[in-house]
Amino acid sequence: MDLSQINPVLLIASLMVAATPILLAAIGELVVERAGVLNLGVEGMMITGAICGFAVAVESGSPLFGFVAAAVGGAVLSLLFVLLTQVALANQVASGLALTLFGLGLSSLLGQGYVGLKPPPTPRLDIPVLSDLPVVGPILFSHDPVLYFGIVVVAATWALLKFTRAGLILRAVGENHDAAHALGYKVVRIRVLAILFGGACAGLGGAYISLIRVPQWTEGMTAGVGWIALALVVFASWKPWRVLLGAYLFGGLTVLQLNLQAAGVAIPVEYLAMSPYVITIVVLVILSADKSRAPAALGRVFHATR
Amino acid sequence: MSEMLLRIEGLTKAYPGVVANDHVSFDIAEGQVHALLGENGAGKSTLVKMIYGLVKPDSGRMLLRGKPYAPAEPRAARADGIAMVFQHFSLFDALDVAENIALGMETPPPMRDLARRIREVSETYGLPLDPFRTVGDLSAGERQRVEIIRCLLQDPKLLIMDEPTSVLTPQEVEILFQTLRKLSAEGTAILYISHKLEEIRTLCDHATVLRLGKNVGECVPRETSARDMAELMVGSTLKTPERVAKAPGPVALELTGLSVASPSAFGTALKNVSVQVSQGEVLGIGGVAGNGQDELLAVLSGEIRAPRDAVKLDGKGIGTLGPTARRALGLLSAPEERLGHAAAPDMSLTENAMLTGSVREGLERRGFLKWGAAQAFAERIIKDFDVRTPGPGNAARALSGGNLQKFVIGREVLQRPRVLVVNQPTWGVDASAAAAIRQAILDLADGGAAVICISQDLDELMEIADRFAALNEGRLTAPRPTAGLTIDEIGLMMGGAHGMEVAHV
Repeated sequence: MDLSQINPVLLIASLMVAATPILLAAIGELVVERAGVLNLGVEGMMITGAICGFAVAVESGSPLFGFVAAAVGGAVLSLLFVLLTQVALANQVASGLALTLFGLGLSSLLGQGYVGLKPPPTPRLDIPVLSDLPVVGPILFSHDPVLYFGIVVVAATWALLKFTRAGLILRAVGENHDAAHALGYKVVRIRVLAILFGGACAGLGGAYISLIRVPQWTEGMTAGVGWIALALVVFASWKPWRVLLGAYLFGGLTVLQLNLQAAGVAIPVEYLAMSPYVITIVVLVILSADKSRAPAALGRVFHATR
Repeated sequence: MSEMLLRIEGLTKAYPGVVANDHVSFDIAEGQVHALLGENGAGKSTLVKMIYGLVKPDSGRMLLRGKPYAPAEPRAARADGIAMVFQHFSLFDALDVAENIALGMETPPPMRDLARRIREVSETYGLPLDPFRTVGDLSAGERQRVEIIRCLLQDPKLLIMDEPTSVLTPQEVEILFQTLRKLSAEGTAILYISHKLEEIRTLCDHATVLRLGKNVGECVPRETSARDMAELMVGSTLKTPERVAKAPGPVALELTGLSVASPSAFGTALKNVSVQVSQGEVLGIGGVAGNGQDELLAVLSGEIRAPRDAVKLDGKGIGTLGPTARRALGLLSAPEERLGHAAAPDMSLTENAMLTGSVREGLERRGFLKWGAAQAFAERIIKDFDVRTPGPGNAARALSGGNLQKFVIGREVLQRPRVLVVNQPTWGVDASAAAAIRQAILDLADGGAAVICISQDLDELMEIADRFAALNEGRLTAPRPTAGLTIDEIGLMMGGAHGMEVAHV
C-alpha cells in the first residue's frame, strides 16, 4: 500500500470531472421536478445524448457541435415523454421507465458504427499565469468549458428559482397545478419547457461522459449515472447548491476509491466500489432531515378541464 | 340607481351531456352587492368562470361599462378590474404570503414594496396578515384573507366571491361582511355566491337565482324570506326535516378523558375530550375546520387507537379495537373526504358497498365475497337515497359530489348502526338532497340509534342536533341543549374571532 501515490491536487481536479455528468443531469431533473413532473427517463436521455454528441463530434470534428447535438438529442427524446405525459396524460413513472429502456436501445442502434473510434479532444481552458499557478491552477483554471458551464447552470438555476418571477411561477406550478391554472398560468406549457430543459441537461451530461470523461463509445456506458442523478435530486431536497455538493461528494468518492484501489489498500474492491453510493446517500439523508419537502404536485397528472 | 358595471346577455355554455348555462342574463351595478343563488349544478361556478375568463361562453355576450367584454384568460379579466376569491382556495402551501399574492398580480412590485403594501391594505381592512409566513401554516380564515388581499391590491371594480363563509366562525363572517360593505361603499361591486340564505339576506342588495342553468328569477333579498328564495332555487316546495321530541335513552357511547396525538404533521391533537351520547340522541359538534374534527372521527371509527376505556360502547371499552371490530359492534362512521376516505374513487359502487358493508350485511363468507348480495345492497342504497347514477357498476369517481355523499351516508344508515358518526354529512350537497340526508339522520335517531354529527354548517346542527358542543384546538366544550342557544354563544364556544378585528377607516 502506498498512499503517497495519491496526489490531492489531481484528485480534486479529477473529482470535478467525475462529478460533472451527474451534476448536469441532476440540475436538469431538479428543474423538471420543481415544475411537478417526475421524469425517470434521465438515464435514457443521458445515453442518447452520449451517442448523439459522440457521433456528431466524430463526424464534424468539433466537440462543440457534439455537445450541442447532445443537448438537442436529449431534448428530442424528452419530447417523447412530453407527448406521453403532458398530451396523452399517461402515468409519469411508467413513461419515464419506458423512456430509459427506449433510450438505451436507441443509443445501441445509433452507436453501432462508432465503437472503437476516438472523438476529437475538447480543448481545456488555458489562461496564462492563472492556469500555471500551483494547486489553484489545476483545480480552478485548467478544465474544459463544459465543466464550468455546469457550475454556471447550477448558479443560474438557483438564482432563477429564488429571485425571479419565472422561477416563482415554475415553483407554483409544481406546488399546486390547479391553483396555478385558476390564476391563468399555462401549466402544460411551463412543464413542457421544464422537461425539455431537463432533457437537454441530461444529454449534455451523457456527452460529457462519452467525449471527455471516457473519450470513447461503448454500449450502456452511462452505467446508472442517470439513476444516481435522480436520487441526488431527492436527497438534495430539491435545492440546487445541495445538488452540486452531492455531485462533488459522489464524484470525489468515486475518484478516491479508484485511487485507493490503485494504491492497493487492503479493503475488498467491492466495498470500495460501493462506498460512493452509500456515503453520498447517508450524507444527503442527514442533510435532508430539515423540513424541506417535495413539490406537492410532483408526479400528479394535470387535466385542465376539471 | 348608480351606473351599470357589468351586463350579461344570453350567456350560454354547454358541456357534453349538460347545458351548464342557458341564456343567462342579468346586470350588476357599481357598488352593488349582487348574490348569485342556486343549488349544486345550477351553473353558478360556470357562470363566474366565464366572467373571470377561465371558460369561454358558446354564445351570448358581456358588456363592461357598455363596452363588449370577452376575456380570453384570467389575466385579461384582472386587467379589466375583475377579481375573484375562489371557493377552494387557490393558494400554494409551500410559498409564503407575499409570493402567493405576487402570483395573482400582473406586474407585482419588488418583494419589499409588496410586503409593505400587504401590511397597509391588511390594516386598512382589519385583516391582519404577516407577508412572510408560509401559507401552509395558516388557518382557513387567514388563508381567505390572503385571497381577499390579493384581490384588493389590484383595486378591483368587481369582486367575485365563491362561497366565502363556509370555513369561517360567525364572528369572522361578521368581520368579512363589514369589509365587503366598506368595499361596496367605495364603489366596488361584489358578486356573491352562496347557498346560505340568511347571509345573503343580511349582505346583498340584489339576488339572481339560477336553476339548471337558467335564470329563474330575481329578488331583493332583504324583502324576501329565506324560504321563498329556497323554493325559487329548488323549484318546488321545500320539506323541512321533522323530528319527534322524546326523552333520550341509556348512554350508548361514552368518551372519557380522551387525548390522542394527530397522525399528520399539520393536524390537531385531541385534548382531554369527554362526552356522552345517548340512544335516540343527535349530538352536534361544531367548530372551524382543522380543530380536531378529522381526528375525532378517526378515533371513533377506530383508525386511531386509544386507551381501551377512553372509548366505551354500551359500557364496554372498545378504544383498542380496529374499524372492522367496531363495525361488527354497530359503531359506524362516514368521514368527510368523499373521494379517497369514505369511498375508493376508481372502484364501482358495488365494490364500495362491499368495503364497509361486508361485516354487518353478511357480504362475505370465509373470505369469499358474495358479489350478488353486495350488488343488491348497493342497489338498495341507490334506490332508498335517490342516488342519481346509471347503476351500481359505475365508479365512485363518476358521481357528482352530492350524489356520492348520498351514497356514502346511505351506505352507513342502511347498515342499522347503533351509533353513527358522520363528518360534514351535507357538505357540497344541494338543498333538497341535504334535507333528505338530514331526515335520514333524524329517522335513524328516532329508531333508537345515537348519532354524532360533526359539521361546520351551524344551521344544520341547530336543525337536527339535540345538544351542541364545539371543538376548539382539540378541546371539546361541554355540550349544551340546542334549544335556546344563540349564534353569539355558539361563536364564543367555537373560540371567537381568532384575532380578527373590525375594519377601521
